[in-house]
Amino acid sequence: MAYDTPKDYIQHHLTNLTYGKVPAGTPVCDSSANLTGEVYQAPTWILATCYDELEAMGFWAFHVDSLGWAGFLGTLFILVFWAVGRRAHAGVPAGFLNFIEVVVEFIEGIVKGAFHGSSKLIAPLALTIFCWVFMMNSMKLIPVDFLPGTAHWLGLEYFKVVPVVDPNVTMSMALCVLLLIIGFSIKSKGVLGFIAELTMHPFSSKNILLKILLIPVNLVLELASLLAKPLSLGLRLFGNMFAGELVFILAAALMGVWQIAVAWPWAVFHILVVTLQAFVFMMLTVVYLSLASEKH
Amino acid sequence: MNMNATLLGQAIWFLAFVYFCMKFVWPPIIKALEERRQKIAEGLNAADRAERDLELAQQKASENMVEAKAKAAEIIEQANRRAGQILEEAKAQARVEGERLVARAQGEIEQEINQAREQLRKEVSALALAGAEKVLGAEVNRDAHKQLLEQLAAEL
Repeated sequence: MAYDTPKDYIQHHLTNLTYGKVPAGTPVCDSSANLTGEVYQAPTWILATCYDELEAMGFWAFHVDSLGWAGFLGTLFILVFWAVGRRAHAGVPAGFLNFIEVVVEFIEGIVKGAFHGSSKLIAPLALTIFCWVFMMNSMKLIPVDFLPGTAHWLGLEYFKVVPVVDPNVTMSMALCVLLLIIGFSIKSKGVLGFIAELTMHPFSSKNILLKILLIPVNLVLELASLLAKPLSLGLRLFGNMFAGELVFILAAALMGVWQIAVAWPWAVFHILVVTLQAFVFMMLTVVYLSLASEKH
Repeated sequence: MNMNATLLGQAIWFLAFVYFCMKFVWPPIIKALEERRQKIAEGLNAADRAERDLELAQQKASENMVEAKAKAAEIIEQANRRAGQILEEAKAQARVEGERLVARAQGEIEQEINQAREQLRKEVSALALAGAEKVLGAEVNRDAHKQLLEQLAAEL
């Protein structure tokens, strides 16, 4: 593997397996991340094997590992809950159905407590976010080199296992939540009501002229508060998970096999963090949507 | 941070999973939970009702018991009374029957006495006639002395 110093090791472990479009003139690397001296003659879709290729990629690049693990874990969640929930019945529950019901009732209780209104979307949304984010967070409890090592053995240069350590993943979910916030706002207040909310608060005046003058001020303030929601939501999850993962990688980089002395207690502590961050993301989503669907 | 099209990919995952969860995962589970809640509520209601019913039934049973006891006592008394009555009747009947039998026996005895007496009378008259014939040495004409003979028989 291509790392001689702890810095290289860390940087390598924080690099995603990326499939993207490189422009013409990008240097070509072989599968061991060495430059071959050639350059791409035309824009090409490639699986990056070195930093030169990675840096050349623009917006059109996909983190295959993040998307793969996120999709795998989400599908696992949906399939398990679907397969077990399909057989849910009003009789005496047993086995795994008990667990599923406990989770569902927990979410239902929280949504009933925090969301004032009726929506068919909000509870399943909360359940999906909680379980999915919990599973994605939990991936970091697997020792840092197990899966990347396996991937490397299979010939993949970069492999980042924890999807939530990728800001694209957390910000993407946060932006979806932003869309839902806007959607819920418009649904409850109408388009004009939503625009009024952005422009007529918090400063308001009886004087029409003053009111018009205050619109830009209000708009800036309200837009900032609206955009702060997804930004804080996505960055909180990313930041927490990134910091936690970095400690694991640092322990692995500096201590080799003795990392267990640090990684094990850190992992135990992170069982709490993993659950808490999943809960916080879910809870804030519910609260934001509840605020959005309130009528003034 | 390098933000790229992963954003779009993840958004598609997100929306797809939320949609699937909303469409196929959440409804059956929540429906089952709701049904079970209702079933349990019904069960508890039924238990309450059963308890009340049991209490009522016990009350009714004890009432029935008292009534049955009273009735039984009445029936026993009636039976006793009837038994006494039957006994009295039987006694009376027996007395009447006995009297009747005695009367009949007496009648029969009297009849037999009369018969014997009649027989005796006939024999005596025959004897007397025979004695008279012997004494007179001649045959007595029965028809001629019929009146005399009858008189004799009546006197006997």
